[in-house]
Amino acid sequence: MTTQEIFSRLQSKFEDNDISIETEAVLEPFIVVPSSLIALISEHLCRESDLAFDSLQCLSGVDLSASDETMEIVYHLFSMTHQHDLTLKVIVPKVEPHVPTVEHVWKIANWHEREVYDLYGVVFDGHSDLRRILLPDDWEGHPMRKDYKEPEIYRGMKVPY
Amino acid sequence: MVQQLSSQFLHLTSLLSVETVTPSEGSASGGNWAQAFASQFLGFLPGWIGLVLVMSVVAAVFVAVVPLVPLVLVLMERKVSAWIQDRVGPMRVGPWGLLQTLADGVKLIFKEDLIPPQADKFLFRFAPYLIFTCSFAVFAAIPFSQRILVSDLNIGIFYIISISSVVAIGVIIAGWSSNSKWSLFGAMRSAAQMVSYEIPIGLSILTVIMMAQTMSMEGIVAAQNGAFAEGEPIITLLGVEVKGTILDWMIFRSPFTFLAFFVYFLSSIAEVNRTPFDLPEAESELVAGFHTEYSGMRFAVFFIAEYANVFAVCAIAATLFLGGWQGIIDEDQFVPGLLIIFGKTFLLVFVMMWIRWTLPRLRVDQLMNLCWKYLIPISFFNILGTGIWGLFFREDSALSIGLSFLIISLFVVSILGIVFNSFGKLKPADQTALAGNIGAANLQKLKTTWNERHGQQK
Amino acid sequence: MLAQSTASEERKFLELKPFSDEMVVSMGPQHPSTHGVLRLELRLDGEIVREAIPHIGYLHRCFEKHAENLSYQQIVPFTDRMDYIAAMNQNWGFCLAVEELMSADPKFAGVPERAEYLRVLAGELNRIASHLLAFGTYGMDIGAFTPFLYAFRDREKILFLFEKLCGARLTYNYIRVGGVSRDLPPGFLDDVREFIDYFEPKIDEYNALLTNNKIFLERTIGVAIMDEAMAISYGATGPNLRGAGRKWDLRKDEPYSIYDRFDFDIPVGEEIPGAGAVLGDCWNRYKVRMDEMKESVKIIRQVLDGGLPDGPIVAAMKAIRPPAGEVFSRSEAPRGELGFYIVSDGSVKPVRLKAKSPCFCALSALQELSRGLMIADIIAIIGSIDIVMGEVDR
Repeated sequence: MTTQEIFSRLQSKFEDNDISIETEAVLEPFIVVPSSLIALISEHLCRESDLAFDSLQCLSGVDLSASDETMEIVYHLFSMTHQHDLTLKVIVPKVEPHVPTVEHVWKIANWHEREVYDLYGVVFDGHSDLRRILLPDDWEGHPMRKDYKEPEIYRGMKVPY
Repeated sequence: MVQQLSSQFLHLTSLLSVETVTPSEGSASGGNWAQAFASQFLGFLPGWIGLVLVMSVVAAVFVAVVPLVPLVLVLMERKVSAWIQDRVGPMRVGPWGLLQTLADGVKLIFKEDLIPPQADKFLFRFAPYLIFTCSFAVFAAIPFSQRILVSDLNIGIFYIISISSVVAIGVIIAGWSSNSKWSLFGAMRSAAQMVSYEIPIGLSILTVIMMAQTMSMEGIVAAQNGAFAEGEPIITLLGVEVKGTILDWMIFRSPFTFLAFFVYFLSSIAEVNRTPFDLPEAESELVAGFHTEYSGMRFAVFFIAEYANVFAVCAIAATLFLGGWQGIIDEDQFVPGLLIIFGKTFLLVFVMMWIRWTLPRLRVDQLMNLCWKYLIPISFFNILGTGIWGLFFREDSALSIGLSFLIISLFVVSILGIVFNSFGKLKPADQTALAGNIGAANLQKLKTTWNERHGQQK
Repeated sequence: MLAQSTASEERKFLELKPFSDEMVVSMGPQHPSTHGVLRLELRLDGEIVREAIPHIGYLHRCFEKHAENLSYQQIVPFTDRMDYIAAMNQNWGFCLAVEELMSADPKFAGVPERAEYLRVLAGELNRIASHLLAFGTYGMDIGAFTPFLYAFRDREKILFLFEKLCGARLTYNYIRVGGVSRDLPPGFLDDVREFIDYFEPKIDEYNALLTNNKIFLERTIGVAIMDEAMAISYGATGPNLRGAGRKWDLRKDEPYSIYDRFDFDIPVGEEIPGAGAVLGDCWNRYKVRMDEMKESVKIIRQVLDGGLPDGPIVAAMKAIRPPAGEVFSRSEAPRGELGFYIVSDGSVKPVRLKAKSPCFCALSALQELSRGLMIADIIAIIGSIDIVMGEVDR
């Protein structure tokens, strides 16, 4: 199923005009969904037998530039059953970003969301165990953001070298 | 020539105030040789001083000589493992790396002696010495030739079993006092393992005691020089009278002792914590087991004790089942008994090393299964069988030994036949099926429990 | 969801044995068999593991942050350091993603054919090396030391070949964007042929030594079953997924490079009722790797027999400046599907580079896999999912 078909299905199912599709001038088309709907849409995509996106390939945060007000969270989905793929995007504000978790849909989302939380500071509502994963627990800030300033001192060690 | 050398050697050993005793008078004069020696040569001193002096000299010689055995074994282990693993092993220190163990020992002596700050310092220091002492005390009762035996206790084998059980306490002390969780795990596993495997060991030894009707080590060796030795030679080869001593060895005396030998050998591998039963020090699971926190010489003491144990259990196996210091050919006039028992022991040690470098490790529940579900029932069966065998053949005769040898050969041949014939013809998958024993019923059970455990999450 | 089931299980457990004490043990970051610097927080009841919580990040080297400040060619050596056991495949995965991004650029002519063959050669050799290491260390985890040295003896021969090929033994930086860094040294193909002729019978020897060993079977068969649904949900790929019985290999199902020209099978796990082998248990995950080595040998043999085409080894291009856009590209590394998500703004540096590591996904299943098993089984699981912490932590 192509992204366009999935998009029209999603539109009819959720009757939300905020869902939009980007097909122009990109290698892979993607669907932008509002953050409030991502958990429901994910569940729909995973459970519907003709969609059956049973595999979450990748869940990444993207911060395009320091001047932007928003960040993106990108979900790369793949269906092992039908062998089609889909890219979902959620736009979140940089200040207090909140997104519902998709952990109950794909178990791997647990760690991927922890990573995005760790590096971008996006809070995944409903996540069972939202802790830092790659960085130490007492690290300050979220370093993959473009406006991140690294600390001078961490535990008595000089950070910039 | 050989005879001359050997008699000189025996003379030397007797000079070292190690007992001179012949098998026939073994158990009778066993405890008193030191006293006799003292009264003969140190008569001018009050009795007990002489006795203490003699005993101290023996102990000193003992402590100086016996640790050389682990040194050799460590080198042997490294060379054998290298041989198995397609490499050369230590080659730098001395010719062919012969002095490598010495160099290692020197290195360990000079290493910093660390005691973890949270450890129970007294027990931490005490444990290695306890283990060391116990594993070396075992050697006191092992006859290394008709003349080399520190003390022929009339309860020799009983003494050995009991003193080697104390090692388990040392291991627990070491694990507990280190105040490390991994050490404690090692100690607990070790306690469970040693206590469990002591039972098949004891029961297997019991079959030998039943056959020999004595607990004295010297007596057991003497009992393996029985039926044929005094009779006519079976065959005369090149002037040598072959009287069939090999058939007098306990291992061939009845089919049950044959089985008991393997039970003993397997259990003793577990007793000395070697692969596939090396759970107490499983380095991939428990870091280093009970001696995780030990370093330097204290660690070396554990190490030496471990190899001393390996040697001891093999020497006991050789003594109990393989005729002790007696040669294959009757009358040990060609090769000194010391060399013979060392040869037999090293052969068994080699088998242990071979097993160690070939097999993976069992899990703790499988280890216990093997002991309680297989080895112990087999041991009981052995005891029953030995009793019945003894009823039929009150004394060893050509008939009993011949029959036993026949049964054993049939057994071995059929086992080998089954293995080679059936296994080679199977497809790999079936070989796997044959090798695995979980079985279809268990598989279903396994799946059900798995689904119960994980079902609700899906 | 996970936490809830844990809590319910804990309640059940408490009802069962209210006075039993539990112990919390930290396994790692320094531990002989956590394959690097993984730390597991084990909640133990005697030998039984009630909960094993993985803590990762001890090897975090800010790969993604670094990548945002480096040009595409400069990132390649960083990918070497991700899965340092199979660095060729990591190079390749990254280069595939960049090339896919550049394919929108009409000036990019694509990777020359000779370079593709060299990539397959290097990638498959490295797959063998990686699986050999997995086999050897797994044997050591289970307690057999000898297979480890056998595996390293043979892996050494591959590393020697790589040293000839690109001068490095571990971090190759060989596969570059648009091609490979250098052509074959003289006599290299003969060396490779000599190696695979030597190596192919060795696999059966290793199977006899370890795979079908009774104790090894006892330790791995039926242990920690990750079935297909669970593997997919956890994103476990590669041998972990194939061990669960799913015939899925990107080289076959979504062929990239020139894999569609070769004839090879995808080994999958098998259920052997007589032995008790279950799809997705430790033994099947391990066995798939042993079988994959044979398939890699098959591919290499086809490369050698078919002969390499002549031609350039790298695409002619002035600078690597992919057009603006984004791509998510996957490739089949020895440990599973390695994904790279690249967002480009048309400059020489990526705006965002995300590496989706197969080990990261497989490791996240450990918590669920290990519940209720024993300490020794934890070791068996870690070895069988075959993680490399450099790739998990990035």
